[in-house]
Amino acid sequence: MVGLSEYLIVAAALFSLGVIGLFLNRKNVIAILMCIELMLLAVNINLVAFSHFLNDISGQIFVFFVLTVAACEVAIGLAILVSFYRLRRSIEIEDINTLQG
Amino acid sequence: MLETAFFNLFAGLSIFAGLGVVLSRNTMHAVMFLIFCFFNAAGLFFLLDAEFLGIILILIYVGAVMVLFMFAIMMLEVNVSKMRDNFLQYLPLGGMIAVILMIEFVAASTTGVFTEGAKATAEHLAMDVNNTKEIGQVLYTKYLLGFEIAAIILLVALVGAIVLTIRGRKDAKYQNISKQVNVRREDRVRKVSM
Repeated sequence: MVGLSEYLIVAAALFSLGVIGLFLNRKNVIAILMCIELMLLAVNINLVAFSHFLNDISGQIFVFFVLTVAACEVAIGLAILVSFYRLRRSIEIEDINTLQG
Repeated sequence: MLETAFFNLFAGLSIFAGLGVVLSRNTMHAVMFLIFCFFNAAGLFFLLDAEFLGIILILIYVGAVMVLFMFAIMMLEVNVSKMRDNFLQYLPLGGMIAVILMIEFVAASTTGVFTEGAKATAEHLAMDVNNTKEIGQVLYTKYLLGFEIAAIILLVALVGAIVLTIRGRKDAKYQNISKQVNVRREDRVRKVSM
């Protein structure tokens, strides 16, 4: 019988992998987006695990909303990337410095 | 027993795939690992009696989002070797933060604060609950506003992605509405004396 803490540990491992990926791949925008997806997946696993073990369906509804926002984020992020590539012929983070504030 | 075995399988493979996402040199391989990770996470969802979300995860993530990623990677020529010049430069900092985060998470989840009273009831385990029906009954009543906001967010993302990437053709013919409306008879018709 697998308990709640096992699921939480798996999600924690995936989340930490996402964080470490953000640091390692900081020059590659696509890899950064993928690491964010990994972290969101870890959060989703947490929500579903709590939903199951606390007998509350609301957790799964929130996974729904997280999925929606994540899909939107990827769509917009990749659209920005494509339009930036057309402008500069490159998507390296160092070249993305036109927005200086 | 079987459940534990499947849990170990899915959990181990998803963490392995997560490592692959972070460490693989080729971005395309990273996408493949991420797809694999999503499949295993869907397996974990199935184990947690969230069949609907497991299917949704496979359909939306693997079927749509990851295909979008692949499309973007194939369309943009990325110089991977240059991007990984000082790949390990930030490993100490990132590794430290990640390890501390991991330790905190594990410590928090094993104290028993969360697991207190957390036990799936018998009727849930008896598998006579229709997960899809359960979600639908809550989603369309209690969370109706959130559901509609999510729909609007999706619409905004759809329009936004199109607006960001659209490229007007130079030879396309457009209507000039105000010119059309403001046209007068004298501009179009010419009287000729016969």
